[in-house]
Amino acid sequence: MKESDLMLRHPLAAYLRQERMPHIWCEGCGNGVLLNSFFEALDKLKLDLDKVVVVSGIGCIGRAAGYVNVDSFHTTHGRAIPFATGVKLANPELEVVVISGDGDLFAIGGNHFIHAARRNVDIKVICANNFNYGMTGGQYGPTTPLGSWTTTTPYGSIEHPFNLVHLAAASGAVYVARWTTLQVRKLTDSIKKALGKEGFSFVEVISPCPEIYDRYNKLGTAVEVMKWFKLISQTQHGCTPENAEISKRQIIIGEFVDIKKPSYGRLLREMTTRVKESFQEKKAK
Amino acid sequence: MEKRNKTTLSGKHFLSGDLACAEGAIAAGCRFFGGYPITPATEIAERMARRLPEVDGVYIQMEDEIGSIAAVIGASYTGKKAMTATSGPGFSLMQENIGLAVMTEAPLVIVNIMRGGPSTGQPTMPGQQDVMQARWGSHGDYEIIAIAPSSVQEMFDLTIECFNLAETYRVPVLLLADEIIGHMWEKVEIPPREEITIINRKKPKAQPKEYKPFKPAKNLVPPMACFGEGYRFHATGLTHDEDGKPQTVSVEEQNKLVKRLCDKIRKNAEDIIKVEEVTLEDAEVAVIAYGITSRAALSAVRKARKKKIKAGLLRLITIWPFPGKLVAEIAGKVKAIIVPEMNYGQLVREVERAAKTTPVFLLSKLGEEPHRPAEIVSAIEEVLK
Repeated sequence: MKESDLMLRHPLAAYLRQERMPHIWCEGCGNGVLLNSFFEALDKLKLDLDKVVVVSGIGCIGRAAGYVNVDSFHTTHGRAIPFATGVKLANPELEVVVISGDGDLFAIGGNHFIHAARRNVDIKVICANNFNYGMTGGQYGPTTPLGSWTTTTPYGSIEHPFNLVHLAAASGAVYVARWTTLQVRKLTDSIKKALGKEGFSFVEVISPCPEIYDRYNKLGTAVEVMKWFKLISQTQHGCTPENAEISKRQIIIGEFVDIKKPSYGRLLREMTTRVKESFQEKKAK
Repeated sequence: MEKRNKTTLSGKHFLSGDLACAEGAIAAGCRFFGGYPITPATEIAERMARRLPEVDGVYIQMEDEIGSIAAVIGASYTGKKAMTATSGPGFSLMQENIGLAVMTEAPLVIVNIMRGGPSTGQPTMPGQQDVMQARWGSHGDYEIIAIAPSSVQEMFDLTIECFNLAETYRVPVLLLADEIIGHMWEKVEIPPREEITIINRKKPKAQPKEYKPFKPAKNLVPPMACFGEGYRFHATGLTHDEDGKPQTVSVEEQNKLVKRLCDKIRKNAEDIIKVEEVTLEDAEVAVIAYGITSRAALSAVRKARKKKIKAGLLRLITIWPFPGKLVAEIAGKVKAIIVPEMNYGQLVREVERAAKTTPVFLLSKLGEEPHRPAEIVSAIEEVLK
């Protein structure tokens, strides 16, 4: 059987732009797992795919927008979130999902992330965190663990990394979760839940980078990294995000924030209705 | 506070340039504004924040100008007419995403109320120092449309024109005004709504399955589907083919795309360009000016004529694409060209290029005051000696 036939028979084939395959990702990369979980979440929710928009920034996972069979936009580096904000506010009917990487969302795009979370804009952000800039060949980034090796930390990183779930929670996200690419079902459930929430939701996906980061740091093959994820992942739902550690000893996974708060879109609609009513009254006089 | 009880204004109004710009945008159908406060463009944001909810539009104040232009591109892709307004420093921050808007052919309007630069410069003072940044500010080869209003009336009229051009050619269009035009108050006459020409982007006729988002029509502009309409298309800042598929190493696709993006402006330049010509027929000296400077230039040309000096004015309403052909024709007939600008010599370079051997003189002004007509008259007399 040909590879293309197999693809057509895949239950989630309809979600993928098959004519864009093969993708650019390395063997063993976690991006495919992330995308699969996203598709499965869409499938379970039976969302109208004509009303889903995927926005990404620049980087390996940035190419995801080109692979999904929905309206999609591949923005400039770091700007997926403000672009998505414009889309969502201009057409609230659309389900707007940002899929991007740790460097894109938290270094060059960090300011947009915290402000979108603060406003509680009704967008969902899924971040593939592979601890480095893979697309450019493995430089250190805002999530690279202290002491790690990358091409620009040849003596080990001397920068403290962000704890993304802590940052998201502190900025005002209504839903915050973290999984590794090993916990596919949990990840899918989380994405599903994020899609159903009103407001800014954030799902961090710890993802292997076997060709670059994992190799520099001698973490082994993709399979070995997945085994390592299994060994050190610890589910702690409701853990204070500040304490949701990522280290060589353990990765705390789970749902850390799940709260209710009116979204920017709701407040905007309420305000607009109020203004329009008084405007109509003025007009009638 | 004045009474505003209409969706779009009509009749006579006393407005500042910034307010007239906002009203023009609303009249043009703008229903999304993403911006960040900056002198001397802030009043546009303030007016939009108040007015947009009245007409079911969205105002959002973003965290910076990079976010503002990104949000505006996003809104444009949903089919909304969208804009932002800024000044020099904010305009600099927007440059990368202006390139994205060019590459993804997002119709939108960027207003730049120019102040004194470089850097923070003189925030409350006028300038025309962003003329070349408007043309070349983003990396890569591209063409852009930039329009320079010279009155409050034109802040209204030409803002509508900007939206019409953006929708026609699927490009970001720049309204390049200066601080004086932005803050000056004048009478504005707004025609009844039905008399205002509004152009909307062409929608695709193809079925979603056959739709190629970047396949151009005859005028080199692709019809535009919007998010949520069932076309399920992909747009990217990467070089792409007609289908929107990234083509990062194809020489052919790079040539095809970059040339089309430039040619859709170059080949339609005659339809885009607007100028005003005053007593140029028999002129021995031509003054070429735009924006606030053109008002002093007009007065100077009239004063010169009273002194029996054959002077004429070419007022550029469209700065980019530059009317090089017309300037070359004028240069062939006159003895000299004078270019008064509130910068240290920007558009004058373009005039020189077109004028070839005809002498071109820059009349530069930096700082608070615009040119006085008498200064331009003196320059006209000087070049004829």
